[in-house]
Amino acid sequence: MNLYKATTAAIAFCAAGAVSAADLEVTHWWTSGGEAAAVAEFAKAFDATGNNWVDGAIAGSGGTARPIIVSRIIGGDPMHATQLNHGRQAEELIEAGLMLDLTDVATAEGWADTVNPTSLLDSCTVDGKIYCAPVNIHSWQWIWLSHQAYADAGVDVPSNWDEFVASAPALEAAGKIPLAMGQQAWQSSGAFGVINVAVGGPDLWNKINVNKDADAAAGPEMAKVFEAAAAARAMAANSKVQDWNQATNLVITGQAGGQVMGDWAQGEFQVAGQVAGQDYTCLPGLGVNEIISTGGDAFYFPKQDDPEIEAAQKELAKLLLSPEVQVNFNLKKGSLPVRGDIDLTAANDCMKKGLEILASGNILQSGDQVLSADTSTQIEDLMVEFWNDPSYSAADAQAKYAEIIADAD
Amino acid sequence: MTDTPVALSAAPRGTKPRKRLTPTNIMLYGTLFVAALYYLLPLYVMMVTSLKGMPEIRFGNVFAPPVEITFEPWVKAWAEACTGINCDGLSRGFWNSVQILVPSVVISIAIASVNGYALSLWKFKGSEVFFTILIFGAFIPYQVMIYPIVILLREAGEGLSLITGTKIRLMGSIWGLVIVHTIFGMPILTLLFRNYFASVPEELFKAARVDGAGFWQIYFQIMLPMALPIFVVAIILQVTGIWNDFLFGVIFTKPDTYPMTVQLNNIVNSVQGVKEYNVNMAATMLTGLVPLIIYFASGKLFVRGIAAGAVKG
Amino acid sequence: MAVTDGADVESPRTTTKRPNRLFKNMTAKLAAIPMIFTALVVFIGCTVWTIYHSFTKSKLLPAPDKWVGLDQYERLWSTRRWLVSIENLAIYGICSLVLSLLIGFVLAALLDRKIRGEGVFRTIFLYPFALSFVVTGLVWQWILNPQFGIQGVVQRWGWESFTFDPLNNPSIVIYGILIAGIWQGSGFIMVILLAGLRGIDEDIWKASRVEGIPVWKTYIFIVVPMMRPIFVTALVLIAAGIIKVYDLVVAQTSGGPGIASEVPAKYVIEKMFQAQNLGQGFAASTMMLLSVLVVLIPWAYLEFGGKGRD
Repeated sequence: MNLYKATTAAIAFCAAGAVSAADLEVTHWWTSGGEAAAVAEFAKAFDATGNNWVDGAIAGSGGTARPIIVSRIIGGDPMHATQLNHGRQAEELIEAGLMLDLTDVATAEGWADTVNPTSLLDSCTVDGKIYCAPVNIHSWQWIWLSHQAYADAGVDVPSNWDEFVASAPALEAAGKIPLAMGQQAWQSSGAFGVINVAVGGPDLWNKINVNKDADAAAGPEMAKVFEAAAAARAMAANSKVQDWNQATNLVITGQAGGQVMGDWAQGEFQVAGQVAGQDYTCLPGLGVNEIISTGGDAFYFPKQDDPEIEAAQKELAKLLLSPEVQVNFNLKKGSLPVRGDIDLTAANDCMKKGLEILASGNILQSGDQVLSADTSTQIEDLMVEFWNDPSYSAADAQAKYAEIIADAD
Repeated sequence: MTDTPVALSAAPRGTKPRKRLTPTNIMLYGTLFVAALYYLLPLYVMMVTSLKGMPEIRFGNVFAPPVEITFEPWVKAWAEACTGINCDGLSRGFWNSVQILVPSVVISIAIASVNGYALSLWKFKGSEVFFTILIFGAFIPYQVMIYPIVILLREAGEGLSLITGTKIRLMGSIWGLVIVHTIFGMPILTLLFRNYFASVPEELFKAARVDGAGFWQIYFQIMLPMALPIFVVAIILQVTGIWNDFLFGVIFTKPDTYPMTVQLNNIVNSVQGVKEYNVNMAATMLTGLVPLIIYFASGKLFVRGIAAGAVKG
Repeated sequence: MAVTDGADVESPRTTTKRPNRLFKNMTAKLAAIPMIFTALVVFIGCTVWTIYHSFTKSKLLPAPDKWVGLDQYERLWSTRRWLVSIENLAIYGICSLVLSLLIGFVLAALLDRKIRGEGVFRTIFLYPFALSFVVTGLVWQWILNPQFGIQGVVQRWGWESFTFDPLNNPSIVIYGILIAGIWQGSGFIMVILLAGLRGIDEDIWKASRVEGIPVWKTYIFIVVPMMRPIFVTALVLIAAGIIKVYDLVVAQTSGGPGIASEVPAKYVIEKMFQAQNLGQGFAASTMMLLSVLVVLIPWAYLEFGGKGRD
């Protein structure tokens, strides 16, 4: 029986989906217009192998979706594959032996040679084994600027953060919101991180987030960052939307000057038919330090007992990193591919900028890669309060922030 | 405290208003009308918003009746609204809710009625202790028990898989949620049935015992037919309670099996481009329709049902 | 479940003396297994399990061996979000207690004045109670939308400076939730209190009329004190619902703006399932349990203490 099972599994795996046709339930939280179009690329490619992609989209942000994903895995009802941000979110699940080891796929496909930057694969690796398939690089380090808003206000489109701050009064005078911000916690925390890197520099960011240096977090350099964030907060005071894509929409329609948001915002501009450089401008690293943070999404495959399913899981893992799928998916998603060896001629200006920075190696790890979920949510709680409560002083917030870093594990 | 006499049929006891247009009467009806406006406003706003097109919403006001009535939002909410790449609207959630509802109601009431029957007529040593724990349990915040229940369901699912030899999963399946609803409905339903059976004349029970009738015989042949009114109350209580549940739905099901309330929240809060308020309101109305129909159809029985169940929160 | 379960018919005549204790009422005991399981394993077992693990450093998975004492509680009470949650719950709780009872009683008293169309009014006041909190939250989110809702309408009528945007103003957002909560629940309190009013003897009214006592004085000084038990019932019903407030907030504001409308139940769920910090979630849920006990025990004592049993 076991031998039989093992043989079928082996055959199924080698025959690459031609034999096994399994339904795989895949959970993810890609539900906005651009995201849904991108995930459809995965589904299409997977269905083409004779398998069946059963979509388990979970609406809302990762914050809503992750609990559902994790509680299902823990509750003994794992999905067949799931999106998570690569990094520390799945650490304990892997240690508890709940995730499928993908090392054989990775070796056969030569992920070690093609995945760029290699830190992505490191984030998937526990004890020398690979447990996830990174699918894209999402950098938080961008600001998106509306040409229309600046034209209406009669000022030039800024080329860096300082100019952006300087142009805010002119925008306000023209009845625009200088900075569009959604009010969800992860957006507050993310925007703060970007300002942190731009104003304080990557070294400071690394010191605090990677080395958990609480003194640096409480220091004068960081105080400047908090002051800058407080100033940004004032600029976003009239932005009363919840979702990130509603905030992006304010920029698209010229009601707001800019939005600090990761490169997934690009998908929304694309869906709205806007052209980079013509209708909007993107500044990596807020135009201060051109840098890419290498966060992103990865797929994890919870362990199943069924060899047929396991074969299909591995098939999917392989497919996610295949050059063609990488191109199609990332073009729709507005993210950067995880492979350094593919040609993205179809990419727009912003993506090309990102690719150049990536190639030059000007990279930074993402918060998901270095902070535990617990620490991240503590920072999110702090930031969402800070951004939404004008009476919360920069100094108080910094003190609280330093406390969290001191306790971080 | 749950068997509050809700005797709405009794006559009003206040002083009889003498003339039609006394200042008192104007005050009285004035206040009632203002209050009625507050209660009716959301229903009205939901209704008119769901019948408008988006341009009309953007430039009109929430209270204005629709200039051009369109049923498009209703169609979209029911059959087309998207969460992710699944664009089959609320219909899926509706059928999930039905599938969750029917077994949950049947099983929870079956178990609780037997509990109530045993507790009132077949008391055994410790039965009162269990009952007290059960009632106390009605007040424990669900949050305290949710996580261990996830583990219990996983273990139970694995146990059943071992016994039956097929893969059975309780967590994330409709049956897991049915069990959870049965557990959390038990305190109130048991109390309801216990009090009802306790009021049955004892002679009836004793006579049956003398005739040699056993536990189940008495239950099915004597008690069940007598208890129909209380069953109706229990059904109303459970149907509305389970239909309106959100917390358990979120935690114990998965997107495929999401009940309607959870899917509603997802549809409304997953934005693609512009928020379609008309579709959202149509979806909201659709979700509220089932309990509303029960409410309007069952009249006073509804009040008895919810009065019995209010302890559940 | 067959009707003729002949084997275990326990007629008193056939039971022998020895196995009496254990086998007496065997069928009843067997039939009560689901109840016993629920009471012991779920209600007691799970509660004890959670309380125990609140003293551990459980992260994503329960870790019964990583004992940390009161650490989770210390962190809990130094977390701003928890403090805000508690404060919100207190405001929401007190306001909704007072307002539900007040509105419920006034409406019940008005309906009790032999008015025309009592049935219609009662139906109108009660229907929100049939709706779920998710529906309630979403409807009020829409009505309170600053751009299109009440504020926008009044501004378009010409009162440009009119502001009423509770859902976007951190300092009053909890009242925005309160408006929705009261709308949903007060009709039910009215029904209960109306039943209480109908239970007041007609002679009381006659007597007070003869004495020439004004109607409002009769209500406040005679009727309300007589209705004490029913008020206590209403109070417990409202209180039991308050601590569980979760869906309403999730649907209406998701806890925002910022953390201004967070509530304890939401903190627990998010710490357990989102922040991957089970220990913290368990500590918070244990505090919720404690606060329920603080309300429940005195009430149970007052209600049942004197009489010995219910």
